[in-house]
Amino acid sequence: MITGFLALYIFMLAAFTGYEIISRVPVILHTPLMSGSNFVHGIVLVGAMVALGHAETPVEITIGVIAVLLAAGNVAGGYVVTERMLEMFKTSKPAAGEKK
Amino acid sequence: MVLPAWMPTVVEAIYFIAAVLFIWGLKRMSSPRTARNGIIWAGIGMAAAIVATFFLPGMHNLPLMIGAIVVGVVLSWIVGRRVPMTAMPQMVALFNGMGGGAAAAIGAVELIKFNAALMLVPDTSPIQPEAWVNVAVHLSPVELVLAFLGVLIGAVSFTGSLIAFAKLQGWMDRRFVFPLQRWVNLAIFAAAVVCGALALAAGIEGHAFAWGLLVGFVVLSLVFGIAMTLPIGGADMPVVISMYNAFTGLAVAFEGFVLQNEAMIIAGMVVGAAGTLLTQLMAKAMNRSLGNVLFGNFGGGGGAGESQEIAGALKPIDANDAAVMMAYAERVAIVPGYGMAVAQAQHKIWEFAKLLIARGVKVKFAIHPVAGRMPGHMNVLLAEAGVPYDLIADMDDINPEFPNTDVALVIGANDVVNPVARTDKSSPIYGMPILDVANAKNVIVIKRGRGKGFAGIENALFYADNTRMLYGDGQAAAGELVAGLKTLDV
Repeated sequence: MITGFLALYIFMLAAFTGYEIISRVPVILHTPLMSGSNFVHGIVLVGAMVALGHAETPVEITIGVIAVLLAAGNVAGGYVVTERMLEMFKTSKPAAGEKK
Repeated sequence: MVLPAWMPTVVEAIYFIAAVLFIWGLKRMSSPRTARNGIIWAGIGMAAAIVATFFLPGMHNLPLMIGAIVVGVVLSWIVGRRVPMTAMPQMVALFNGMGGGAAAAIGAVELIKFNAALMLVPDTSPIQPEAWVNVAVHLSPVELVLAFLGVLIGAVSFTGSLIAFAKLQGWMDRRFVFPLQRWVNLAIFAAAVVCGALALAAGIEGHAFAWGLLVGFVVLSLVFGIAMTLPIGGADMPVVISMYNAFTGLAVAFEGFVLQNEAMIIAGMVVGAAGTLLTQLMAKAMNRSLGNVLFGNFGGGGGAGESQEIAGALKPIDANDAAVMMAYAERVAIVPGYGMAVAQAQHKIWEFAKLLIARGVKVKFAIHPVAGRMPGHMNVLLAEAGVPYDLIADMDDINPEFPNTDVALVIGANDVVNPVARTDKSSPIYGMPILDVANAKNVIVIKRGRGKGFAGIENALFYADNTRMLYGDGQAAAGELVAGLKTLDV
């Protein structure tokens, strides 16, 4: 059970973590990183599954299914797009040879 | 399905590992060398967390759930794979919006369950502490507040991101403004908050609230997301998408608290904070405050004084001459912008650059932090074309080099090279850091037509004495440049 100040501490520490990670990122990685963090909040799928898993009435189930659908789209799309962007970042070693 | 009693602990442990992997993955993504690896680690964490969730106790609707996951994953996997690299920013917006919508939907389900449970309890006002035991779904006041906040933020992120997507995709007019818009938006927001607050107050007291309040709250939140994004110009979309990305993170963290799900809290909060910082960095690169982006009047209302008259004429050049000019130059800086992305010219440009390099010309690519539609957008495209990133220079590194540069080749960039940003106080982009392309000895601008840039501002660079205009589609023009170089060697 997470309550009161414990939750506040978790919020605070996680916020600092996020802030620290980003502050060292070079500009060229901003778009992939935005996409990457977009993928990470795809964890919402877990919550959507829990919500649908405990839904009982038709209304709850309908909204739950929508939540799972949207969240699944977030996860898969976020991963594919980030991965596609990042696979283009090759190291400059072979490229340096290319110059000659 | 009967699960062993230790199962929840295992699931918790997997969530913990997933949270570690997310943070580790994001950290790896902060360097080009390890970035690829980072997303894979985060992906493993995500897959583990999703599979683990099936083993939580008391999960129902499994066939529906699996069906929805498969449909959602397959559809967006295909879309994500197929879209061209130029469309990446709007893809991020789209998928981000889906996440926000999911968070809002989770909040809605929890609130519905809570309210339905309250309705079964006899309405003694206010509810006695011992009576709470009978309420099947009990949300503490803090959980209730966060559930409502999560719905609000998630819903705004959902519709706002979809509008951002539609704008970048070209499905919508770039800006949509009407008189008193700010006040209308404020009224929508206030109405949403009132609905939410009334329902919230009732819920905390232990009264069931009217369903209309919840419906009104959700609908008004969705409408506010649309209304808030409509007046924002396309040039500001990266900042807005980044902001909605942070919003979704926050909404996920809040709903994670409601569901008592630590993985959601950590991942959501990390993204919320990281996204907020990223938004600030982007706004700073454009020398604008976030408030200015959201409520500013970029290109609207026409500013106070008349902008300075720009003297001079546009001087065209043909591709062969331009190619020769660069072939015999010592240093060439290529400045790409969104136009290059639209024309898909990055491959041709790189081919041209390779030919120049083969001739001994020192070539560099100069990237403005907000060139394109997102910071790093140009880097991604150039990387796709195979340009090694040691040839790519940031604004701060390249700006002092422009006076020693023989030719600056501007392709599809406009506002980010407009010297007006340094000289004309009445210009809407005054103060925005720019690439000092105008300081180069010669400037060649590849441009499709004589139109203005995204911000709708006349570009003084194009009229400068040392500037020559090469009209044409980016890719075709680059092709002609390549052809021009090749004839030199024959």
